[in-house]
Amino acid sequence: MSRFSSIVWSSVGKKFLTGITGLLLCVFILEHLSGNLLLLYNDSAPFNRYAHWLHGLGEVLIIVELGLAITFVIHIIMGISVAVRKADARPRGMRYHKTAGAGNPSRKSLSSVSMVVTGVVLLIFVIVHLKMFKFGPGVEAEYVDVHLTEIHGEEVRDLYRLVEEKFSNVWTVIGYVAVMLLLGLHLRHGFWSAFQSLGVGHPRYAPLIYSVGIVFAIAMAVGFLLLPILIYLRGGVS
Amino acid sequence: MTLNLLIWRQKDVDSPGKMVPYTISNASPDMSFLEMLDVLNEDLINKGEDAVEFDNDCREGICGMCGLVINGVAHGPKRATAACQVHMREFEDGETITIEPWRAKAFPVIKDLVVDRSAFDRIMAAGGYISVNVGEAPDANTLPIPKVDADQAMDAAVCIGCGACVAACPNASASLFVGARITQFALLSQGQPERKRRALNMVEQMDKEGFGDCSNHAECEAVCPKEISISNIAAMRREYLKAVLS
Repeated sequence: MSRFSSIVWSSVGKKFLTGITGLLLCVFILEHLSGNLLLLYNDSAPFNRYAHWLHGLGEVLIIVELGLAITFVIHIIMGISVAVRKADARPRGMRYHKTAGAGNPSRKSLSSVSMVVTGVVLLIFVIVHLKMFKFGPGVEAEYVDVHLTEIHGEEVRDLYRLVEEKFSNVWTVIGYVAVMLLLGLHLRHGFWSAFQSLGVGHPRYAPLIYSVGIVFAIAMAVGFLLLPILIYLRGGVS
Repeated sequence: MTLNLLIWRQKDVDSPGKMVPYTISNASPDMSFLEMLDVLNEDLINKGEDAVEFDNDCREGICGMCGLVINGVAHGPKRATAACQVHMREFEDGETITIEPWRAKAFPVIKDLVVDRSAFDRIMAAGGYISVNVGEAPDANTLPIPKVDADQAMDAAVCIGCGACVAACPNASASLFVGARITQFALLSQGQPERKRRALNMVEQMDKEGFGDCSNHAECEAVCPKEISISNIAAMRREYLKAVLS
C-alpha cells in the first residue's frame, strides 16, 4: 500500500474522513432545510423562484452537486468500512454471552450503535427522494409555474405543485416522517462524534459540542418532518 | 452468600468454549471477586476438576493483569475499579453472575478467562518509548515541565494496560489505550524526538493487530479502572494528523 492510501485507510484516517464529510453533509442539510422552509408559504412563487435560481447557477451547481455526491460516497464507504472491520474485530464466535452498558460517561446509545443502519436507510431514502423530486416530472410533464414563467420569460418548473401532490399521499408523509426521525437519530451521535474524529475533543469544549449536537439533531429532524405534515394538513392549494 | 456463577470455560486457543454454571455457597460479602473465584477453585480442585484460570497479580488494582467481564461490564459493576478490587458486597445473595474473558480477535483466549494481550506489547514496541542516554539519572528539575502538562501526561500515563477498553468497545478498538500512550509522551519534552514517528507507528501497529475502528461510543472511558478520558483519543488523532501533514 502506498503511504497515502495507508493513511486514508488507517483507523484515524477513516474516522477523519467520516467526520469531515459528515460535517459537510450537516452544512448541506442545514441549507436544504432553510430552502425548504419556503414551502411554508401558501404561495408557490417563493419556493419555485428559489428552485429556479438554484438551477440557473449552471456550472456552479454542477460542481457543488458533484462535490456533494463525492462527499456522500466517501462518507458511506468509510462508514461501512468501519462496520465491516467491527464485525471482523470480534467475530461471531467471540461475542459476549451478556453485555451491559457501563453507564456515564459512556456516550453509547441507540443512536451510536445504529449509525450504520440509519445510514443505510438514509442512503436508500436519498435515492428515492432524488428520483421523486430532482429527477421527477418537470416542465416537459407540464409542471410549469405559469405566473413565474410570464415574469422570467422562460419556463419555470412548478416544483411546489409536485411537492404538494406527493405529500397529499398519507403514506408518503408517514415514510418521510419515519426517515426524518432516523436522520435525527443519526445526527445525535454523528454531530459530536465528527468533532471527536477530527481531534476536537478537549474536555473544555466536548460537553458543549455534545449538547449542540443534540439541539442540531432535533432541529433538523423536526424541521424536515414538520414540512410534509404541514403540507399534508394544508391540503392541495392551486 | 450463595451465588450462581456462569463462567466461560475454554480449554485452549483452538477449542470452542462455553458458559458453564457453578454454584458457590460459602462466599462472604467481604471477599474480593478474585477471592471468591479462589474459593470456587479450591472446591473444584478438591473435587478433582479443572480450576478456572484467570489472570491476576497485585490484586490492588494497579498492575493491569486482572480482567473479567462481569455481568456484561468489563471489570464489573464498580466505576473506576479493576475487577480485583470489586468486592462481593456489590452483589445480591442468590444472584446469577456471568463471568467472561475480554473478547476480541486481537486478544485470543489462552484458557478460560485468560487472554493473550501481547498485541499491546507490540504496539508499545512500535513507539511507546523514549530515547535517553544511559548513565546517571539527571538531577531533578533540570528539565522544566509546566505543572499542567505534567498533570495531563500523568492522567494519560495512569493507564495500566489492562485492555478493558478493548473488551468494552462495541468495535473492539484499542484507541483509548493507544491514545493514552501517545498523549503521555507527546506532552513531555522527553517524548519530542520520536513524537511524529510514534503516532504513525503506534496507530499502524494497532491497525495491524486487528483491533476495530473507534466509533466514539466512549464505553472505554466508562469501564477504564483509571478513568482515562476519550479526549486522549482526540489527542491521538491530532498527533497522527500532525505527523501526516508535516
